[in-house]
Amino acid sequence: MLHVLILIPFLWAALIPLMRALPRIHPGWAVLPVPALLFAYLLSRIPAVSGGESEFVSLPWMPDLGIDLSLTLDGWSLLFALLITGIGSLVVWYSMFYMGKSSESIRHFYVYLLMFMGAMLGVVLSDNLMVLYAFWELTSIASFLLIAFWYRRERSRYGALKSMLITVFGGLAMFAGFNLLYGMTGTYSIREIAAQAADLSGQSLFLPAMILVLLGAFTKSAQFPFHIWLPDAMEAPTPVSAYLHSATMVKAGLYLVARMSPIFAGGSEWFWIVSLTGLITLLYGSFKAIRQTDLKALLAYSTISQLGLIMSLLGVGSAAAFYDDPARAAFFGLATTAAVFHLINHAVFKGSLFMVVGIVDHEANTRDLRKLGGLMKLMPVTFAIALIGSFSMAGLPPLSGFLSKEMFFTAMVNIWEFDAAGAQSWMLLLPIVAWVASVFTFVYSMILVFKTFGGRVKADKLDKLPHEASAGLLAAPILLVSLAVVFALIPNALASALIDPATAAIRGNGLTAETAHVSIHFWHGWTPELFMTLGVVLLGILLYRTYTRFSLLDREWSGRDTLNRAYNGGLSLLENGGRRATDLYMTGSVRRYLIYILLFLAVSLCGTLLLSPNIRLGMDDYAPITFYEVAMVIVMLAAAAAVPFARSRVNAILFTGAVGYMVTGLFLVFRAPDLALTQMIVETVSVILFLLCFKFLPKLKREKEKPVFKWTNLIVAGGVGVTMTLVALAAMGSSPFEPISEYFLRESYESAGGKNVVNVILVDFRGFDTLFEIMVLGIASLGIYGLIKLGVKTNPNGGQAAGSSSGRSGFPLVSNDVILRTMSRVIVLIIIAFSLYLFFAGHNDPGGGFIAALMTAAALILLAVSFGMDTVRRVIRVNYRILTAIGLSIAILTGTGSFVFGVPFLSHAFGHFHLPILGDTELATAVLFDLGVYLAVVGVVMNIIFTIKGED
Amino acid sequence: MEWIMAIAVGTLFMIGIYLILTKSLLRVILGTSLLTHGVHLLLLTMAGLKRGDAPVLGGGSGAYADPLPQALILTSIVISFGVTALYFVLAYRAYQTRGTDEIDGSDAEGKEADS
Repeated sequence: MLHVLILIPFLWAALIPLMRALPRIHPGWAVLPVPALLFAYLLSRIPAVSGGESEFVSLPWMPDLGIDLSLTLDGWSLLFALLITGIGSLVVWYSMFYMGKSSESIRHFYVYLLMFMGAMLGVVLSDNLMVLYAFWELTSIASFLLIAFWYRRERSRYGALKSMLITVFGGLAMFAGFNLLYGMTGTYSIREIAAQAADLSGQSLFLPAMILVLLGAFTKSAQFPFHIWLPDAMEAPTPVSAYLHSATMVKAGLYLVARMSPIFAGGSEWFWIVSLTGLITLLYGSFKAIRQTDLKALLAYSTISQLGLIMSLLGVGSAAAFYDDPARAAFFGLATTAAVFHLINHAVFKGSLFMVVGIVDHEANTRDLRKLGGLMKLMPVTFAIALIGSFSMAGLPPLSGFLSKEMFFTAMVNIWEFDAAGAQSWMLLLPIVAWVASVFTFVYSMILVFKTFGGRVKADKLDKLPHEASAGLLAAPILLVSLAVVFALIPNALASALIDPATAAIRGNGLTAETAHVSIHFWHGWTPELFMTLGVVLLGILLYRTYTRFSLLDREWSGRDTLNRAYNGGLSLLENGGRRATDLYMTGSVRRYLIYILLFLAVSLCGTLLLSPNIRLGMDDYAPITFYEVAMVIVMLAAAAAVPFARSRVNAILFTGAVGYMVTGLFLVFRAPDLALTQMIVETVSVILFLLCFKFLPKLKREKEKPVFKWTNLIVAGGVGVTMTLVALAAMGSSPFEPISEYFLRESYESAGGKNVVNVILVDFRGFDTLFEIMVLGIASLGIYGLIKLGVKTNPNGGQAAGSSSGRSGFPLVSNDVILRTMSRVIVLIIIAFSLYLFFAGHNDPGGGFIAALMTAAALILLAVSFGMDTVRRVIRVNYRILTAIGLSIAILTGTGSFVFGVPFLSHAFGHFHLPILGDTELATAVLFDLGVYLAVVGVVMNIIFTIKGED
Repeated sequence: MEWIMAIAVGTLFMIGIYLILTKSLLRVILGTSLLTHGVHLLLLTMAGLKRGDAPVLGGGSGAYADPLPQALILTSIVISFGVTALYFVLAYRAYQTRGTDEIDGSDAEGKEADS
C-alpha cells in the first residue's frame, strides 16, 4: 500500500494534461481528490501507528547494489505524510480560487504540484538512503519548476536557479555522506544502519559522513548561511510558497536530521553543529524578518527563523542520547517533543499566514507594507485569521504556538544541566539567544498583522480599494487557523496520537509512544519559562513601538546582503571564468584540437609504458634480417619522406602509391598473401582515384608557414612516432595472455570448413564485423554520391568556376593508346576470370570476396581507362548502388537464414556435394555470405569511381 | 627484423601526422594514407614476423603466422579505401564552397557569405 501511496500522485499527474478536454472545469477539482483521499487513508493509520505498530514493505530494485524500494511508516513519517497530504489538500483548494483556470499553464502547475507531492511522500517513507536521495532531488526539481512558474519574469528564473543550485549542491554532499555510511555499514537501509550505530561513532569517517549529511539537510531547510535561496523562492505563486516553502519541502531537512538522529546522536559534534546552526538561523532569520517591507519576504525570513528554532530543538534533544538513566533522558528528550510539536504548529500558522498574504496580495494588488494599512475594517475575516496566526507564531496564549514556545524555553533552560558534551559555561548562551530571537519573533509577528491591518487605509497608494475575499479563498486559512486553536485545547490528545509516536521514532533506543509521552499543560506555575515569555511580550511591545528609530532594525531597501553578493559574485565568476578558460584552448582551430589529442596520446602511452613494471621492450626472438626486406623498408621510408617535400600533386600521389606498393611487398614477405593481394589492388585503384580527384583540387602550394608552425608539427609528429615505435616493441616484448589465434587455427577447418584462416575469420568467425564493414563502405559510397550529386550548387562565379575550369584542363582519363585498347579487351576477361577464381578459392586458398571484388572493380576501371567512362557505362548497364544493396541484402539474408535452423545470427554450415562437372565440391554457406561481400564491394568501388568521374 | 619494422612504423606515423597537421587538404589526405600504412604494419609487427607459414592450412610445417591481425588489416585496408575516397570528395566539396583548400583558412568567411 505504501508504494501505491507514492505512485498515485505521479500517475495522476500524467492524467492532468487530459483536463484540456474540459476547459470549463478548473483542473484543481481533478487534483483535489488525490491529497484528500491519501490524507483520509493516512488518518486511518494513526491508531495502529500510535499503538507502536510500524509498517515495513520492500520491493527489490537493484539488489546487487543494496538498493531496494523499501518503505516504512512509523510515527515520524506518518506525521510528515499527514502534513504533505493535509496541507496539500488545503493548498489545492486554495489555489483553485487563487489561480485562474483560463491560463494554459495551470495544468502544468498541478502536474508539478502532484509530482512534488509524490516525491515528498517518497522522501518521508523511504527507508533506503539511495531511494530517499532520489526522491529528495526530485523535490528540488519540482520546487525549481514551481518557483519558475512565471518563467517570463527574470526574478522567477533567478530564484528558481538559486534554489536549485543550493539545494542540489547540498543534495550531492548528502549523497556522498550516504555513501560513506554505506562504506562503514554495508547497507543503505536506515534502520539497519541505526542498529549498527554503536559501532559507528568510533570510525574515522563518522564525522565526515555526519557533516556531509547535515549539509544536505541544512541547504534544504534553509539554515544559515544556505538560507539565501528561500527569500528568492518567494517568486513562486503563493500557494506554492505556503506548501513547499514553509509547510513541507523546507522541512525535509528537519525530517532528515531527526531521521538520522538515532545514527548520529550521541556525538558531541552532532549536538553542537545542529543546535548552534539552528540557533544562529533562528536569531538571524528573526532579525532579518523585522527589516523586510515585502510581506512574503517577511514570511520567508520568519520561516527561516522558525526552521532554525526546530533545528536547534532537534540538536538540543540529542542530549538525551548521552544518558542511560530514563529520567535524565526524558528530561533532555523534552526538546525533541517540543520540536515535533512546534513543527506541527508552524505548518498550521505559517500555512494560514501565507494564505492570508496571498489574499491581501490578491485583493490589494500589493504586498508592500509601506502601502498597506487599515485593512481591518475592509477585510475583517482575513484580519481575524492573520491575528490568530500571528499570535500563535509570536507564542501567545491561548494558542498552540504558546505551548510549543513554552516547551522550547523549557528545553533551552534544561540544557544548562547538560554536562556530557563539555563547555558547560557556553550552555548559558543557548537560552539567551533563544530568548532574544523570541523577542524579534514577537516583533515581526506584530508587524505582520498590525502594519497590514491596523492604522488607517492608505488609499492613495493602492490601485483599488480592497474588499473581503470570497468564501472559497478564505475557507482553507480558516480551517488551518482553527487548528491552532483546537490543538491548544486538546494538546494531550494530539500528543498521544501524533507527537509521541513521532518522538519515539526520532529518539530510538526502544522507546514507544507511551514511554516517550510528555504531557503538555498551559500552567506550570511560576517557572523561568513563564517569566521569559512575559519578558518577550513586554520587551517586544516596547521594541515594536520604537524599532523604526534604530537604524539597524529599520527597513532595508536593497534586499541584497553580503551573502547574496557572494552568491552572485561566485556564480558570475564561475560563468566568466569557465568561459575564459574554455576560450583559452577551444580556439576553433582543428589543427590545435588534433595536437591536443596527439599529445595526450603520446604522453599517456609513454607514461603507461614507463610506469608499468610488467611491460618491457622485447629484444629476443626476433626474426632474422634479410637484405631484400631492409631494402624494401628503406625504399618505403624514402618514398614516404618525399611526400611532404613533393612540389606537384602528381608526385605526392605517386610517392604515396610507392609507399603502398612497398607495404604490399612487406605483406608478402611477412606471410600475408591475402593482405598483399588486397593491398596491391587497393593501391592501384587508389592511385586512379587520387588522379581522378586531384584535378578538382588546387595546385600544391609550398608551405609558407612560420618555422614555429612547422616545428610544432614536427615535434608533435615525432613524439607520436617515437611512442608508436615503443608501443610496437613493448607489444612484442610482453604478452600478458595467450593469443587467441590458436583457436582460429585449430577450428578453422574443423568448425568452418575452410583452410584459409584469414578468410574464414572474415566470413565466419567474425562475420558480424564484416557485415558491418560492408555496410560502412556502402554508407561511405552513398555519402560520396550524395556529396557530388545532391550537393548544393555553389555561387556560379566563385568556387564552382575554379572546380570546372581546372577540370577541363585536368588529367584526361581516356587513353588514346591503340595497343592498350586492343589488349585490354582480352586482359579484362582474364582479370575477371581470375577474380572469379579468387572468389571461389578464397575459402581454402588466398583470395575471398573482398579481393575478388577489388579485382573485378580494377578490371572495370581498366576498361573505363581504355574506352572512356561513358562507353563502359553504356555497355555495362548496372546501377552500382543497387548492386551494393543487393550484396548487403544477400549477406544479411544469409545471416538471418541461420534463424530458420534455430542457430544464432550468421552461423554457417558446410558440406560436400557432388556437382555434375566439378565433381566432389565442398560448399559452405559462408560462400553465399562472401558473395554478398563481393557484390557489395564491387558496387561500392564502382559507384565511387563513376560518381567522381561523372562530375565532369 | 622487428625493431627495424618498429622504427619504420614510427617513421610512417611521424610523416603521416606531420602531413595531417599541415594546412593543405591534399596533404592531410595523403597523411592519413601513410598513417594507415603505419597502423597496418604495426598490427602485423605486433604479432611477430615470420613465425611460420602463411595462415593457409595444409601447407607443410604446421606452424602458421598469426591470422588474426591479418584479418584485422584486411578489413582496415578496404575500409580505409572507402574513407579516403570520402575524404577526397569532402575536400573537393570544401574547396568548391569555400574557395580554399586550407584548413582554418582565413579567406573562407567572405565567400561563405555570398553562397
